[in-house]
This record gives sequence, C-alpha cells and structure tokens, in this order.
Amino acid sequence: MKRHHLALGCLCLSLATPAVAGDRRAGGKLLLTNGVSSVEGAAGGGLASWALIAGNETRDGIGGSAHATLVALPDFDLESAGVAIGINDRVELSYAYQRFDTRAAGAALGLGRGFTFAQHIVGAKLRIAGDAVWDQDRWLPQFSIGVQHKIADQGAVISAVGGRSSRGTDFYLSATKVVLARSVVLATTLRATKANQFGLLGFGGDRRRGYSAQVEGSAGILLSPSLLVGAELRTKPDNLRFAREQKAADVFAAWAIGRHASITAAFVDLGDIATIRRQRGAFLSLQGSF
Amino acid sequence: MFPFALALALQSAQPVPAGEEPVAPYAHANANAGATPFEGQAMWRAFGGEPGVRAIVDDLVARNVADPRIADIFKSRDLVRLRRTLYEQFCYLLNGGCDYSGQTMATAHKDMGIQQADTAALVENLQAAMRHARVPFPAQNRLLAKLAPMHRDVVAK
Repeated sequence: MKRHHLALGCLCLSLATPAVAGDRRAGGKLLLTNGVSSVEGAAGGGLASWALIAGNETRDGIGGSAHATLVALPDFDLESAGVAIGINDRVELSYAYQRFDTRAAGAALGLGRGFTFAQHIVGAKLRIAGDAVWDQDRWLPQFSIGVQHKIADQGAVISAVGGRSSRGTDFYLSATKVVLARSVVLATTLRATKANQFGLLGFGGDRRRGYSAQVEGSAGILLSPSLLVGAELRTKPDNLRFAREQKAADVFAAWAIGRHASITAAFVDLGDIATIRRQRGAFLSLQGSF
Repeated sequence: MFPFALALALQSAQPVPAGEEPVAPYAHANANAGATPFEGQAMWRAFGGEPGVRAIVDDLVARNVADPRIADIFKSRDLVRLRRTLYEQFCYLLNGGCDYSGQTMATAHKDMGIQQADTAALVENLQAAMRHARVPFPAQNRLLAKLAPMHRDVVAK
C-alpha cells in the first residue's frame, strides 16, 4: 500500500514538471570567463589570481579544472600542476604542486646540480560580490577573497639563506571585470604575503620578517570569443638579504581550443632569482575544465 | 464586468499580426525592450541594417530550435511572434528606428524555467549568428553588453 502511494507520488511529480524545467543543463560559462589556471592553482591569469571561480559551471553546479604549466627560464625551470573545483560559481578550492629546478645554476649556488625546490599550495576563494561577466550595466566588478597556504619542502636551505619559515599563508582580495562593450578584461589583486619567490624560498626573511602588501594587475583584450591577449604585473616582497627579488611581469595569449581545453602562452619576466640575474623566458600552460 | 470589457477593448486595439497567436493584452512601451538604444548609426550599420538584423534574428531562432541544450524551451512557442519581437528589440536597441511592441523580459520568459546555462547557450548561438553575418567582433560585444544584464529578468529565481 505504502509503495503504491510512493509510485503515485512520483508519477504526479513527473507529470507536474514542465519539459522546460527538466534536468540541470551542464556547463554554462562562456569561453574564457573562468580565466585560466594561475601558477598557484587559483583561477586567474598566468601569474595573478583573479576573482573568477574555476570551472565551467554556473550558480547551478560544480565544475572544475586541471592544469600543467612549464616556465622555461635561462637558468631555471618552474613547473606547476594542479586542480581546482568551483562550487556554484561561489567557492573555489584548489591545489597546486610547484617544482623549481635549479639545473646547472644549482651547482653555482652550492646546492648541487639539478637541486630542486618544491611546494604544495592549497587554496580557497570565495566570491563575495558582483558578476564579472553578466552585470554589464554596472561598473561594480566581481570581488573575491582568497587564501593560499603554502608548504615548501627545502626547510634547511630556506633557513640557511635567511628565510624564517617553510610554511606561509597568503591572503588576497581580487576584483575582476569583463568590460564587454570594450572587449576588455581587467583584474587587480591585493595580496598580503611573506612569500619569497612565491614561497619556494620560504616565508619572511632576514631583511623583512612579516607580511607586506603586494599588488597584481592584469589587462587583456578579447580578439575573438576564444582568444584573449594581455599583460600582467605582480609585485613581490623582497625579504631576503642574500638576493634581491623584483616584480614579475608577462605578456600572454590565452586560447580556448574548445569548451573543455585552453592553452596559455606567455613571455614572462621573473627578474633576478637567488642572485641569478634576469630570468626571462617562456610560459606554456595547458588546462582542461568542465 | 469592467475588467473584462477593458480587456476586450485593449485586445481589439491590438490586432493580432498575421501568422501569430493572440496574447493577453499588455501595455506597449519601448522600455519593455530592457535596455536603452545606442546613439548614432554606427551600430545599425555594423549589423547590416534591416536585412542584416532580420537575417541574424532568423539565424538565431533557427540555431536555438536546433540546439539540443535549449530546444525544449522553444517547443510550442510562437516562433513567428518571437522573430518579429526579437527583430523589433534588436532594431530598437541598435537605433534602427523601430519601436518595440513585445513584452518585458520578465513577462516574456516567465515560467519557462530558464537556467543561467541556457542564457549562455543563447549567447553562443547569437555570437555564431553575428559571426555568420560578419558583424565586427567589437560591435558584437557592444550589443551583448546591452543584453547581458537581462539575465536577471530571464533566469528563473
């Protein structure tokens, strides 16, 4: 008897549901409006974190992305791989693993040829206001706050060069806007961080111990629905006495190959790294998303 | 009795265009188009004037009806009326000298269960139609910027 009631209930429900209100339709973000994966795993540009939430899903679903990035510099290689999920276009959780290969420079620095620094980066981001893409009648950008906890693996070397900790946490506020009437994408991020070279050389140092405020800025122009070209600038702390650290910059092209894949290519300037001058090179990133 | 008479009077004041199904009477106003028009003639020209916009509207409706993501939404809709009111809306917004006689975006999409993803599918189809009609990309985006905020009235809460 009970089962009959249940069956009847289900039948009524299915009859009452109009065809148009059927299942959730998958996806729903326009191409490139989820940004690309930054080297720290958060949705953003290549170097900067943006306020956009990773993955192709809207307020109605859970999406995600995965990336693999290679930055080939004159004396070093930086590799990054990671995943991110975007929940209801509101919350983003990310993880990235970075490897920094010192190649021949490792021997010159007394670390040994091919000595490698690495770090884990666990991130969370919350969209707090605005919609970068759809609110085209308002100047209000999309705002997100985020946190990135970083765990570097070479604690002994980090303290030997004057770093205070091998773990650190960045906090940031990001604003991002697509100005569609001008085919332009703008993003800026304010970051409180102690990280030396993104955290690979630890957190805090013998020149400066604590947090400092750093800025990330990105500007791009849409040349087609699937092609964004632009430039980024990111300031970094200069905490260690043994080596100067400067700002990073890049010019990039992000191309959505299709709904689920994109390639970002950039020319990147990371400045001096661990006394080795002028690290400028190529940035190549592959990303898949759903 | 009085509201009935008023409705009858309004209906007789708004004859049903050929090939369209009658709709409940409503107040006509350009404000129903959901955005203000561009100034000057540059956008209207970029879209190829009347033949260009008519072709884009026809192409857009054809793409939507054939799009498995959103085809259900267009089933048993009055496509003749949709094409006419869409043309009027685009023509009005592009400053092509039309008045918009359709309903507000909220009324026109009421109870359709439209999701955010559906509006993105529609935008992609419109992009394809504009690209097919060789509308310059910056002009495409200027129109999309006018249409994008309408998602607030279109997407079911």
